[in-house]
Amino acid sequence: MTTTIADLKRQNNERYQRPGNSDYPQETVERIVRPAPDRYRNAIGKFKVDRLANCIACGRCAEVCSYGVHAKPEGYKYTIRPQDYRCIGPACLETGQDCVSQCPVHALRVRLNPNAECLGDPRWSSDLVLATWHMAETGHRPPAHLEYRLGESGGGFDRIRFKFEVDGSEPDRALADKPEDPASNSGPEADTGLELNRRGDNRPRIRIDIPVYGGGMSFGSVSIHTILAKARAMTAWNSFTCTGEGGYPDRLKPYDDHVITQVATGLFGVREETIRRVRIVEFKYAQGAKPGLGGHLLGDKNTPDVAQMRGAVAGNALFSPFPFHSVYSVEDHKKHLDWIKEVNPRCLVSVKVSTPTDVDMVAVGSFYAGAHIIHLDGSYGGTGAAPDIAKKNIAMPIEYAVPKVHKFLSAESIREKVTLIASGGIRTAYDALKAIALGADGVVIGTTEMIALGCVRCSTCESGRGCPRGIASTDPEMVALMPLDWATQRLINLQNAWREQMIYVLKKLGLPSIQSLRGRTDFLCYMDDSINTKDVAK
Amino acid sequence: MPDRYHIHTTITPGRFYRVGKFGGIDWREDCARCSECVKPRCNYEVHEHEALHNRDPRAALRPLYECKACFSCVQGCTKGLLSLSINPEYLEMGDEYWTPDIIHTTWVQADAGKIPVSGAGYRGPFHGTGFDSIWTDMSEIVRPTRDGIHGREYISTSVDIGPKPMRLEFSPDGRMITPPAHLLEIPLPVILDIPAWPVRETGLALARAAAARRLGTVAVLFARDAAAVPESDLGSVVPIVSAEDIEKRRDLIRNSSSMIQLPDGPEIDAAAAEVRKLKPRSIVSVRMTLRPDTADRLVALAGKGLKVFHLCADPHGRERGGDGTPGRHIKDALREIHGRLVGEGFRDEITLITSGGIALAEHMAKAIICGSDLVAADTALLVALGCRVCLNAHSLLIDGADLGSPEFRDPECPIKSAAGDLHYAARRMVNLMGAWHSQLIEVLGAMGIREVRRLRGEVGRAIFREEIEKEAFGDLDRMPMEPVTA
Repeated sequence: MTTTIADLKRQNNERYQRPGNSDYPQETVERIVRPAPDRYRNAIGKFKVDRLANCIACGRCAEVCSYGVHAKPEGYKYTIRPQDYRCIGPACLETGQDCVSQCPVHALRVRLNPNAECLGDPRWSSDLVLATWHMAETGHRPPAHLEYRLGESGGGFDRIRFKFEVDGSEPDRALADKPEDPASNSGPEADTGLELNRRGDNRPRIRIDIPVYGGGMSFGSVSIHTILAKARAMTAWNSFTCTGEGGYPDRLKPYDDHVITQVATGLFGVREETIRRVRIVEFKYAQGAKPGLGGHLLGDKNTPDVAQMRGAVAGNALFSPFPFHSVYSVEDHKKHLDWIKEVNPRCLVSVKVSTPTDVDMVAVGSFYAGAHIIHLDGSYGGTGAAPDIAKKNIAMPIEYAVPKVHKFLSAESIREKVTLIASGGIRTAYDALKAIALGADGVVIGTTEMIALGCVRCSTCESGRGCPRGIASTDPEMVALMPLDWATQRLINLQNAWREQMIYVLKKLGLPSIQSLRGRTDFLCYMDDSINTKDVAK
Repeated sequence: MPDRYHIHTTITPGRFYRVGKFGGIDWREDCARCSECVKPRCNYEVHEHEALHNRDPRAALRPLYECKACFSCVQGCTKGLLSLSINPEYLEMGDEYWTPDIIHTTWVQADAGKIPVSGAGYRGPFHGTGFDSIWTDMSEIVRPTRDGIHGREYISTSVDIGPKPMRLEFSPDGRMITPPAHLLEIPLPVILDIPAWPVRETGLALARAAAARRLGTVAVLFARDAAAVPESDLGSVVPIVSAEDIEKRRDLIRNSSSMIQLPDGPEIDAAAAEVRKLKPRSIVSVRMTLRPDTADRLVALAGKGLKVFHLCADPHGRERGGDGTPGRHIKDALREIHGRLVGEGFRDEITLITSGGIALAEHMAKAIICGSDLVAADTALLVALGCRVCLNAHSLLIDGADLGSPEFRDPECPIKSAAGDLHYAARRMVNLMGAWHSQLIEVLGAMGIREVRRLRGEVGRAIFREEIEKEAFGDLDRMPMEPVTA
């Protein structure tokens, strides 16, 4: 007996009596912040504490240090090796109650950690990497010696500030211990939830608890533990993660209700069955890091498991061609969205595009084609493999694209009917807040999650056995380096730290919800080095 | 359909000392020889290679610098004995324009001719000056022009050099009066130029000519070097001939490629006429230093029938002001010159070649977007052979001294050893151009442009920082970089 479309619709309707679309038992993940320290033996901090040979093991350092750098457990003859990643550096030395000045034999020395100086780059500065690790470990804002809001790229988000950050109204961060702690925030908490369906059609209204969801990373580009940790953490936060273009691993089924499945140009692993089981389907037209070039999985990472998932031959490099060969106009685009909507009558459709000059026109076209979510992926976004020339040069950074599209959609009077999501260079909670103030509704993160899992941005995800730290690798031995429970906890913690910072900023701005921040460029200012400080001071 | 243009690259490892970015520090005397050692587990076998290197009596006493700074060993060592640091020698390479990263990527591209591909996102500053303040555009879903770089359509990178007539004219009886155009078509928009500072190495010039023949492009050579080029490569040589030497170099002019370069000078039109008399189908290009008044000079020379210009910027891609100080970047100078020629109504007759500061494949695409027809690679070819753009060379540039003179004979200079093996040097130059060509196709494919000729002056397919900043952030309040404390 053949199954007709009417049969499918009936089956779907029966299934959709419940909120999700999956017929697989769904797991829940607790939203609890727990410590998740570095999975390596020697955690890296900004400062290095040297204990010289003349130490007499008196234990005085362990008595004075309130950050847990020094420890001399009972019964131990010697103090154990300093846990110097916890050291806050000069701020502590100024108090006079520090290990260096209190050591009776002057056997301690604090200096900048040369390892930390090797870490990072202008976009992801060493401080940002260490701060993200701290957030993933503790679930809260890092201490003041780590810059957790800005990178060192000298442009874009790193030039934009909230006015309260620079007008002197915020206490010095070195003094403000933990202003984002809920305990120090009295009164009702600001709402960080985000509505994803604004079209007013007959499809579900999906609301996520944080204005953030996870970006697409395919099975093949990252390990199964990475994929599952992302899905589990977003399940805990009632948000979403995306499969990327590499198929839908069976182990993701328990989290179907929090998974976005991606339909990209190579159609790797796309089946009607996977489209039916999710609540959001994403069309990927282009990726910010390599716009106009399509995806690329190098042969080494195409292991038998990956190849089977993608319906390909192991060992061969896999290209997703650019563009969709069946889409050469907005009409073709609508045809594609209609196809997905027909296959899954209760899903929302997101359209992921990169940021060319006419990105505003593309966004309007996507809206009229029926998209619920327009996802802009800026050119400085992450990737598992991309030509260096593309990462740096092709298409505009997200900071430029968001206000451009927001203004254009507003001028077309359709801004309230579509959800605008920004990605590709959202590194911190402050980046996310700035993107929203510039006009986005929410953000998608990718690299930040990888950093939280211990990525050091050595840029070798693409070759050989893949990531040497087991995050972006499909080699079984490398995958085993990262336990799933640990990874899940790190990502849950990261989101908690981000949410605390968002609530803090919203409170500073006097706003009741994250949605009320959208497009409020009046809260922002641009740091311009052509303006003279003294002129303004007068 | 003619064969697609393809550059045949050959894996040619560099024979020079390769300075790496990261160096490992290992306190071996504290090592407990534990069973949990991280060294054998290195994903890249760095420690193993290092041990072999250290035990090899023939190996040079130099670090290997293979480390990728993944920190797995640093963080995993049971006693915390390993650490990393940035190699100061790496940071000292080059200068603020020819950065260590540019030098390093050029070495890698010249090894095998492959496009540099890496994981993780872009790592550099948000923007910079010059070419780093431009992003190339890309085509999203609504421009049906191409089938991607891996598809069926052919993306042409050919350009024509030579005077192009704007229209054909016919006599009343139907005969064509316009003389036929003699163009030099080269399959990639790059020619190989003389070094930006005087490197008196004939071997290097010969390698350039050999590389140009293999690539199908041309190499610019001083006439004295061109005399030593074997006959098989002479067809790919563009000799630089001074006006007074034309008669003396008549055989060279006749036997070399159809393009001849004449340095700009007061009697340039007469010299050009003399060259054309010797070789009627020759293309005379005027080699000139890029200056603030270059546009005026071009218009004046175009009026005298000269149509091909090679504009030489300094090694940082800047024009030279009247007093010799650096001026605007070629991005701005080219936009002005291109715009002026368009305004004068004869841009399409002219060919502009730009050199100086073309350090990466992206610079080639961006210079063409700003109005150049093609570019010339100069310093990049030296870097492909291991040049570190060292201060020594820069002092030569400033005082005009000669690298060939004994006091500058640096036994370590990789250019000197490379120049001794013509095939090695040519292969690395071909590899670099192969990598540049593939990257140009990537950019053109992303833009949805099917031939590089159409990219010339297409500023609509580029995003300029000054303009987009104003559009995106124009309505934000401005604050000084330092917070106001008063």
